[in-house]
Amino acid sequence: MADTKIRNFNLNFGPQHPSAHGVLRLVLEMDGEVITRADPHIGLLHRGTEKLIEHKNYVQAVPYFDRLDYASPQNQEHVFVLAVEKLLGLEVPPRGQYIRVLYAEIGRLMNHIFTVCAFAMDTGAMTPMLWMFEDRETLMEFCERASGARMHMNYFRPGGVSHDLPPELLDDIAAWADNFPQMIDDCETLLTENRIFKQRSVDIGVITADQCFDWGFSGPNLRAAGVAWDLRKSQPYDAYAKIDFDIPVGKHGDCYDRYLVRIHEMRQSLRIIKQCIADMPGGRCKSDDRKISPPSRAEMKNSMEALIHHFKLYTEGFHVPAGETYTAIEAPKGEFGVYLVSDGTNKPYRCKIRSPGFAHLQAMDLLSNGHMLADVVANIGSLDIVFGEIDR
Amino acid sequence: MDLALKDLGEYITGQLPDDVTGATVSLDELMVSAKVEGIARVLAFLRDDVNCRFKQLVDVCGVDYPERVPRFEVVYNLLSLINNNRVRVMVVTDEDTPVPTVTGVFSSANWWEREAWDLFGISFSGHPDLRRILTDYGFDGHPLRKDFPLTGYVEIRYDDEKKRVVYEPVKLTQEFRGFDFLSPWEGLQAVLPGDEKAEGAEDENADGAAAEGDS
Repeated sequence: MADTKIRNFNLNFGPQHPSAHGVLRLVLEMDGEVITRADPHIGLLHRGTEKLIEHKNYVQAVPYFDRLDYASPQNQEHVFVLAVEKLLGLEVPPRGQYIRVLYAEIGRLMNHIFTVCAFAMDTGAMTPMLWMFEDRETLMEFCERASGARMHMNYFRPGGVSHDLPPELLDDIAAWADNFPQMIDDCETLLTENRIFKQRSVDIGVITADQCFDWGFSGPNLRAAGVAWDLRKSQPYDAYAKIDFDIPVGKHGDCYDRYLVRIHEMRQSLRIIKQCIADMPGGRCKSDDRKISPPSRAEMKNSMEALIHHFKLYTEGFHVPAGETYTAIEAPKGEFGVYLVSDGTNKPYRCKIRSPGFAHLQAMDLLSNGHMLADVVANIGSLDIVFGEIDR
Repeated sequence: MDLALKDLGEYITGQLPDDVTGATVSLDELMVSAKVEGIARVLAFLRDDVNCRFKQLVDVCGVDYPERVPRFEVVYNLLSLINNNRVRVMVVTDEDTPVPTVTGVFSSANWWEREAWDLFGISFSGHPDLRRILTDYGFDGHPLRKDFPLTGYVEIRYDDEKKRVVYEPVKLTQEFRGFDFLSPWEGLQAVLPGDEKAEGAEDENADGAAAEGDS
């Protein structure tokens, strides 16, 4: 009998596969239909954000953060302005804090709607995407009314937010928040007890709490493994310390639990939004330290001092005292951190962006090993991968 | 908070006298400097010690200081979920000295070390798979070094005749404009020419200030 050589099969998944959530190229080594090794190739969307930020002043760096995780742009801005405020030692007025928390939660809802629906679509359910995206569009309209931009808001500033909200916006958000739970319920009737959806997600991509620590997991993916860890609770920033909400946790750490955690986080986000609107304080929405936050346009026309400040802030920008900080927030995808090194000039010396997706995608090999090809798609969908933040 | 972190820093330096060179607290954050050869031991201690329990390695990154010797700093950010605090461990290295890998201690270090290699050219000894990660296949250079230009060296386009993507030197219709807004009065540290004459001449100084106020 002639020697037969059995060789494993290599499969290129992506970078233009619709279930790769962007530009993921996954090299899969397969034994039949079983994955024996998954090697993600990333960097196809690398834009050199960190290098660009080193060449721009602090306020000019904010829009780059929008473009990292484009499913929830506000949250990325949030971490950068918090890091700058920490280096400056700047106090934010209460109204500014509440507006930022409100928009951070809107960002979280936008992200979770996107993730849950895209995950459902990856596993074969089309309808949630069609239903829920109408509400996502409404959320984007709220962003547009506050800042002028649907997605990339560029609204948060060191010291608060760029300008105050228009008058009726809070009432409209409150009215929307009253109606949205119905939509979450509808989505759950389609998915939560759906036999096909459960077959595709239950016990797929299981990760234990200890493995989560080892692989640097955070956010909903860590909570799905049963660890009640949320930076909004444990290391509260802005107004989160004054707000009451719960942390949903899963039990098994599989794709299904990750989905459930996100659904429950949406309900908690609505609670936070309602509290923000009910407790919204009056007063200034940004710091009145004129060396950092620019004066209003009207003030500029009448006061020489304001004109000088305006000119200096929009040409040179402000200087940040030398120092370094690692500041992190609970972004919708997990712990989003910025390691900011300042050398005392008007530009960051180094701005390392710690994105949660980078750590999550790294564990693809661990999650997919021994699973079928179709489960790779479920794993990617449930991990909540967006390439803007992974490739930076 | 500050005091507890200070105590923790002293505890860490006391327990690892051979590998840790110092601990400081600034802006409520604990920073520990370690020797490059002992980094894996330090991180394993921080993970397992009953008073530290930094179970998560949150981030590894490089920082380039071209004027320093050695020029690179490698920064490890750790998080303890049990004690709810963070620590930052730093080692210094140069282009030729490899840093021992910590993938044996934390699996998550794998990609971050690849990233530091890719973007800074910091090499890690014992790393299982030290390939480039973020830049293009076959990329040359380490883009986040301070001496690497912002525009890079090559640009790519699709060549219709050759039917493939080709690399060409960067051609810009306009140079990248890096405005230096550092005002010479606030940003300059060195003595301005002529200032040395002002030593001991009080009245001249007063004249100068008055003249400046007029202009």
